[in-house]
Amino acid sequence: MEKAIKRFWPVFVIPTFAAFAIGFIWPFLQGLYLSFCRFITIDTAQWNGIQNYIYALTEESFLHSFWFTALFTVVSTICINVAAFAIALALTRGIKGTNVFRSVFFMPNLIGGIVLGYIWNILLNCVLTLLGKPLLSLHAPYGFIGLLILMCWQQIGYMMIIYIAGLQSIPNDYLEAARIDGASDRQILWRIKIPNVMPSITICMFLSLTNGFKLFDQNLALTNGEPGHLTEMLALNIYNTFYGRSGPSWRGYGQAKAVIFCVLVVVISVIQLRATRSKEVQQ
Amino acid sequence: MKKAHAARDRFLSVLLAVLSVAWIYPVVMILLNSLKKETAISTGTAFELPTAETFGGLANYAEAIMSQGFLSAFWYTLVITVSSVVLILVCCSMCAWFITRVKAWYAKALYFLFVFSMVVPFQMVMFTLSSTANRLNLDTPYTICIIYLGFGAGLAVFMFCGFMKSVPIEVEEAALIDGCNPIQAFFMVVLPILKPTLISVGILETMWLWNDYLLPYLTLDRTKGYMTIPILIQYFRGSYGRVEMGPMMASIMLNIIPIIVVYLLCQKHIIKGVAAGAVKG
Repeated sequence: MEKAIKRFWPVFVIPTFAAFAIGFIWPFLQGLYLSFCRFITIDTAQWNGIQNYIYALTEESFLHSFWFTALFTVVSTICINVAAFAIALALTRGIKGTNVFRSVFFMPNLIGGIVLGYIWNILLNCVLTLLGKPLLSLHAPYGFIGLLILMCWQQIGYMMIIYIAGLQSIPNDYLEAARIDGASDRQILWRIKIPNVMPSITICMFLSLTNGFKLFDQNLALTNGEPGHLTEMLALNIYNTFYGRSGPSWRGYGQAKAVIFCVLVVVISVIQLRATRSKEVQQ
Repeated sequence: MKKAHAARDRFLSVLLAVLSVAWIYPVVMILLNSLKKETAISTGTAFELPTAETFGGLANYAEAIMSQGFLSAFWYTLVITVSSVVLILVCCSMCAWFITRVKAWYAKALYFLFVFSMVVPFQMVMFTLSSTANRLNLDTPYTICIIYLGFGAGLAVFMFCGFMKSVPIEVEEAALIDGCNPIQAFFMVVLPILKPTLISVGILETMWLWNDYLLPYLTLDRTKGYMTIPILIQYFRGSYGRVEMGPMMASIMLNIIPIIVVYLLCQKHIIKGVAAGAVKG
């Protein structure tokens, strides 16, 4: 059978692979090359060595956006996962209206980042005006909190669905056996439910970490990095370096930043997957 | 003991109900504001309900639909989403079948590459991808699906491979012995078994494509007027000195309404799709 399929490989593999080469492999390699160049268009690229990297790693706004992003990612990952898990626990108790609640909490995921950003921009600015405080784009801590609320509002529903699926896949025997043995609700939660949903925790942590790190649309629409680049996250910083300024050196800097960003995301994902995978139990 | 349980459940119900209202509120607020007159909309009054004086009916919607090429943006978004999803489902399921059934180093290498592409942030390739697309004339709404197939292949192949492992190989072997060639076997035997997976992947890709902003913004040739709805909404803020809040909120609602309708119609599939996607991942 394998031989028969192998003979037909052009039909099965070539369409996807050709598009993948155009849409990912070639741009990726070219991007890697350009990060060592000065360029405006690809044809006029000049080799520039590691100058771009030296600049990127010493630029203050880039370092600031790195710490801003890191802080945001950590805080949002914790908030989202704790809240999503709590709601999932509440929704697996068989309360009336469970389906309605689940649908409502999931709804924001269907709305795109740009639109979400504007919705919350309008809402939060109204709250701040009524409280007599400076607007979102004038005070960086509010921008941070605004982004956090926005991301929680959007992502809790998604993670909740994954946790519910995880909780429902725990065999009922385990829970019954624990109850007969006299385990309290808290013991059941910590000793049975959490160890058994570790695979869900792995995937949710992975999703919320990478979503936080790669956040772009919401950042652009909610604060656009203001005031003065203080709420600019990494993705937006790279975008602004690339398209916000003119001159042959900026694109090289932007591309170098993008490579650093890419390495960061890959390394963080691998570390996180290793760390939580090792805690998973076999059912 | 039982009584305490019931009381706690009732308390939880109330709490969740309050939370749900808070969850819907932002969308309801935009809806209410989009019905106000343009002059009545300001930063401080977004919470106020429209009154007889400020109620503007559907004027904002009319303005949003008539102006700024809204209809063409809606059409282009639809074309891009549908063509890309169909292309991704067909091509990636074929590719994933090949990868799972052929045990060779290059199949494994290919799989690894696809998984890697899922993690790489878009900023890494944004410039080179858009210039490649322009060079190859893939910058129209009718051809951009090839770019999407390339950039979106990672997630789709990954998910299909996860499901494909549980498809019994015997059925396919029987089909081949009965004289099917692999292409017939795939379309007549494997694809029908994969139907639930096709729905899951299709839903996840649709959610991404309908709302995607940066890729079409950088890639589509805007000199020819190609825009998608997210780009259009972003333009409302950029192109005016003063933002026209009324039409902007109306177009936000017009972007959300189709999604909510689809969601209400097939929420079971959507929620199952998300859960299945995560479990296999």
